[in-house]
Amino acid sequence: MTNPNNATITTVHRAEFTASDALKIPTLRILQDDGSLYDGATAPELDKDTALKMYDTMVFIRVLDERMLAAQRQGRISFYMQCLGEEATTVGSAAALSDQDMIMAQYREQGALRYRGFTLEQFMNQLFSNEKDLGKGRQMPVHYGSNAINYMTISSPLGTQIPQASGYAYAQKLRGLDALTLCYFGEGAASEGDFHAGLNMAAVHKAPVLFFCRNNGYAISTPANEQFVGDGIACRAVGYGIKAIRVDGADILAVYQATKMARDYALKHNEPVLLESMAYRLGAHSSSDDPSGYRSKEEEALWRKNDPIARFKAWLLKQGWLDEAADNAKTEQLRADILDALKVAEKVAKPGIEHLISDVYAEPIPALQQQLDELKAHIRKYPDAYPITAGRLD
Amino acid sequence: MAKMNMLQAINNALDLAMAKDDGVVCFGEDVGHFGGVFRATSKLQEKYGKARCFNTPLTEQGIAGFANGMAAQGMKPVAEIQFADYIFPAFDQIVNETAKFRYRSGNEFNVGGLVFRTPYGGGIAGGHYHSQSPEAYFAHTPGLKIVVPRDPYQAKGLLLASIACPDPVIFFEPKKLYRASVGEVPEDYYELPIGKAEVLQQGKDVTVLAWGAQMEIVQKAVEMAAEQGVSCEVIDLRSILPWDADTVAASVKKTGRLVINHEAPLTGGFAGEIAATIQKMCFLHLESPIERVCGLDTPYPLALEKEYVADHLKTFEAIMRSVNF
Repeated sequence: MTNPNNATITTVHRAEFTASDALKIPTLRILQDDGSLYDGATAPELDKDTALKMYDTMVFIRVLDERMLAAQRQGRISFYMQCLGEEATTVGSAAALSDQDMIMAQYREQGALRYRGFTLEQFMNQLFSNEKDLGKGRQMPVHYGSNAINYMTISSPLGTQIPQASGYAYAQKLRGLDALTLCYFGEGAASEGDFHAGLNMAAVHKAPVLFFCRNNGYAISTPANEQFVGDGIACRAVGYGIKAIRVDGADILAVYQATKMARDYALKHNEPVLLESMAYRLGAHSSSDDPSGYRSKEEEALWRKNDPIARFKAWLLKQGWLDEAADNAKTEQLRADILDALKVAEKVAKPGIEHLISDVYAEPIPALQQQLDELKAHIRKYPDAYPITAGRLD
Repeated sequence: MAKMNMLQAINNALDLAMAKDDGVVCFGEDVGHFGGVFRATSKLQEKYGKARCFNTPLTEQGIAGFANGMAAQGMKPVAEIQFADYIFPAFDQIVNETAKFRYRSGNEFNVGGLVFRTPYGGGIAGGHYHSQSPEAYFAHTPGLKIVVPRDPYQAKGLLLASIACPDPVIFFEPKKLYRASVGEVPEDYYELPIGKAEVLQQGKDVTVLAWGAQMEIVQKAVEMAAEQGVSCEVIDLRSILPWDADTVAASVKKTGRLVINHEAPLTGGFAGEIAATIQKMCFLHLESPIERVCGLDTPYPLALEKEYVADHLKTFEAIMRSVNF
């Protein structure tokens, strides 16, 4: 008999529901707070250089976040988003990839971006929307992107990158590339229709994509228990016929090991895998948000103790790979470097007027060229009103 | 040359594009083995394999998102939205993603080569969910190109140009003409220019402008007007975005009058944009108000379709109003 419903038919003769919580997905934990491993856990294969690069990236991002949030408070940049509490999630996953793998992120994954090699100057140029920004000053701060390091430019609309990742990964498969796509999104974005569309498309068309959910407990002010009822996000993957794994998002060894395993599987079988990283968004949603309106200081204090950097540092010290005094000196130097880079970037000119119309199309259409010409004539008439461009129209 | 209907011309264009470039991939609902509900992708799966011509799940936003991702990787996805009436679940992916991909990344990434093919328009007793002409929604979105062919020859050349275009294109196919429009079509590869209108008939009294399936309608009206001694210049706009204002303005400067016809409702329709631009470019040449012959501001009807549509008689009346003003 054919199976037109594409479903397993197991016959019963009494009506009964399958329980809504029938599927329980465990959480992988490897590293304890004191830097020791859980009984039965094995550390992933990680050489000293890679481990230290991961640690340095986490520290870099934390210091950058602190400094740039302060810069926003001083009115030097318009907006900022920290990833405090989620450093292990993004750095651990990015470290498990090949540099050829495409990363399609949501907006809070600066750890992955830095791990890929985005420079301090590139961060600053984007944050200050200056003429050296790869994105030509077109997007709000933190909407980074770089073709050279395979990091897709961030888009504000939530979840749109999910079906795109499926298509990108499908193209990688058709091209026969030894590379896949990793797609980050939050547990809130998983409510968007694009989540369903993207997972289903990837499963049906066998696209090697890692769907990486950062379940950090909050979508701006909305807690996860007002976002969905099921057991997190990972259980949904099973409904699409996709393998899933859940990890402790503050445990970088667990994140790294799970992502590595998922990558190997996805590339070998040309299949998507979903990872869910359980973390806590310790900072505000953005510089425009104030969490005191929706959660308590006590709750935050509890989670502050669950510091992913401290946990990884304890492990590195146990390995004898980290010299604490040298590390502290390095962090101090980093603070100075960041401040210097900030001071340089904020003085770099804004993009020229031609970039108002460039890249809308490969070449400006006639109507756009005409609009630019008319605008230039107008600015020449009222130069004081348009100080950024008035002095350099030609 | 071969005699082809519009579907055969589209199918032939897709076949040539897939043969020329293995980055060209066709997909959509029922597009695979079945060849699409209108058969535009007929035999392509047999010829190029399931990886390059395939069915998708029923998710327009998924199709559009998937296409964006493939194009960003460098391939040339030709994604079919089964009816233009069903393109709206994909609106966010098209308007916020496709259209802005190059701009927002500072040209780090782009989705050039991406084409959304979608049948639009009335005349098939389809009611309001199988007859809409949604071009104006997309014409308001910088970054997209919008093309509408009027016959098989145009369909093939414009579709091949759309696939070769470095910018994403929405290709609206007048489904009423799929089988009804038959003509001579070269069998070899050729492209027709995007963004260029075509003057189909020279005239001196009034310019009549339309696109897609409405070209046949206005031709009828123009013949009726000719019997009354009115000489019409007929233009097929062909591209809605970018649209060829220079060709239209040159014509209106000669005739002094303009009648615009489209299937979509009047209010907010693309005729309004054309009228505003042309009155500015041709103000001192205009002999009468610019006329718009469009659908009523209602959903597309079923039983009363004949009454609703911007037909040849309404167009003829507008031509006569314009010349007798």
